[in-house]
Amino acid sequence: MPSRLSLPRALGLAALCLLALILASLLLGAGDVGLWASLQALLGHADDEARFVVLQLRWARTELALLVGLALGGAGVLLQAVTRNPLAEPGLLGVSAGASFAVVLAINLGASAASLHLGVATLGALLGCTLVLLVTQMRGVGEDPVRLVLAGAAFSGLLGALSSLLLLWDQRTADEMRFWIIGALAGRPLDTLSWSLPGLLLGLAVALPLIRPLAALALGERVASGLGHHPQLTRLGTLLAVALLVGTATAAAGPIGFIGLIVPYIARRLVGSDIRRTLGLSLLLGPCVLLFADTLSRLLVRPYELPVGVITAFVGAPILIAVIRGHRLPTL
Amino acid sequence: MTSLPTLLTDGSCAAVRLEARGLSMGYAHSQVIEHLDLLIPPGQVTAIVGPNGCGKSTLLAGLSRLHKPSAGAVLLDGKAIASLPSREVARRLALLPQDASAPDGLSVAELIRFGRQPHQSLLRQWSEQDQAIVDAALAAADLLELAERPLESMSGGQRQRAWIAMAIAQATPLLLLDEPTSALDLGHQIEVFELIRQLAAAGKTIVMVVHDLSSACRYADHLVAMHQGQIIAQGAPSDVVTAELVERLYGVRCVLLQDPLSATPIIAGIQRSTRPTEG
Repeated sequence: MPSRLSLPRALGLAALCLLALILASLLLGAGDVGLWASLQALLGHADDEARFVVLQLRWARTELALLVGLALGGAGVLLQAVTRNPLAEPGLLGVSAGASFAVVLAINLGASAASLHLGVATLGALLGCTLVLLVTQMRGVGEDPVRLVLAGAAFSGLLGALSSLLLLWDQRTADEMRFWIIGALAGRPLDTLSWSLPGLLLGLAVALPLIRPLAALALGERVASGLGHHPQLTRLGTLLAVALLVGTATAAAGPIGFIGLIVPYIARRLVGSDIRRTLGLSLLLGPCVLLFADTLSRLLVRPYELPVGVITAFVGAPILIAVIRGHRLPTL
Repeated sequence: MTSLPTLLTDGSCAAVRLEARGLSMGYAHSQVIEHLDLLIPPGQVTAIVGPNGCGKSTLLAGLSRLHKPSAGAVLLDGKAIASLPSREVARRLALLPQDASAPDGLSVAELIRFGRQPHQSLLRQWSEQDQAIVDAALAAADLLELAERPLESMSGGQRQRAWIAMAIAQATPLLLLDEPTSALDLGHQIEVFELIRQLAAAGKTIVMVVHDLSSACRYADHLVAMHQGQIIAQGAPSDVVTAELVERLYGVRCVLLQDPLSATPIIAGIQRSTRPTEG
């Protein structure tokens, strides 16, 4: 690609963006605490109410956006690398649908502790990942990026329908799930971060030793083997990491779609397609995109809020179409 | 033509022995190779030739541990290659398969750096020696000026030289190539074959599957002719290649001429054999 940024420069830019967006997320809200009051609160001069809103509510929400954005950005890059498909995205391939179905099922069966969701969602995401793996091994489907997404859409549709069925069945589940099922960062229990952080760290730890083999896998399975890697193990490990990351994000904030598509797309544009360059950058860009969408979701229909999943879908869908419409799909 | 820097060939380059013993290989329903013995002569270029479906690519996949044998074994320095850690094998044996494909935007230098992966680990990151070896591989493949070019912008021959340079950067004594010149035009074929000869002159042992028999005769020291999963002849090309062998291999009659430049056999006047072809 002709106009690639050097990696340090791209990372620096993303970090600056992230700082600005964190600040924006703290200062801007849908409610009564305006920009000026928020700034005062940050500096410690405001009344108790403003300080509570900014330092407790918005801060918790910002932290959650950092965690979820990081998890989904990382998961998107990993999933695209392992399927060699620029359209692969946890939401589109049914990984998120697997995770949310598992959570709906668990709540329906009577589980109520939020911390339980992490394990359940990860298991559901793992189910989704297993299906992705099976589909990619299918002749004629695995090699064609668009067909893989179609298979994922069918799977997502099925799991989504099953989730809706469970929600119709049980009023209590429905009330508990109504906002969660679209994906939102607001109104999460304050301890969400503390139980989801381990899931995120574990997912990243699993992914770390796989970066080099994944980069080699982009040269073809046989080349990767020739360089001393084990493609099958690499694939399994990567899908485990993706399941952990998506499970964590979904348990914490519901199925927020398209982050895993938008983030790798921007990262590739900036630094090229090598995962050793895109992964680190995506871990910064994921929170950027999510914070941007979340802040926007508070401002568009003030004094109400949109679920953040709606905004990401509005940004992500055109990118999906742009990638498909492109002269030809980029090979990864 | 410069000789290959010692950087690329030293280390474990005490000639490596690669051999197949009682090797049988196959896929789910068909046995492709049965009970095959082969010793790769060290320091030479070996070409495996034969008709489509004779098992030559399968044999190469077996020799490079990509495909597990159903019986027998491939031995690398006397040890079963399947029992060795894959990374350790990758430090002694480099491989260029046919289906290699690079992601968009990958530059020549970036591709060649992949060759250093078997020598790296989480703890042992990129070193000055790695960089020196990449530079030497670039020079050996005559790609110094093109180092930063994206692969998709280069000619087929340049691209293939870049892939070979990646295998060179692995700094292995053994190099296995699956049809390195397929899909290349005549000029680009020569580019690639001359690079291969140059690597052999520097002491590497090379095994390649070659489609074109005349090219195999010209550029290989040792010819292995396969037919229906068996080796039916092997040795120096001028000793081995006869009109009878060509007829047995490909079911065609031909006249053997001599290349005025290299004095190696050339297959000419090819006609369909009246005898029905085997297999």
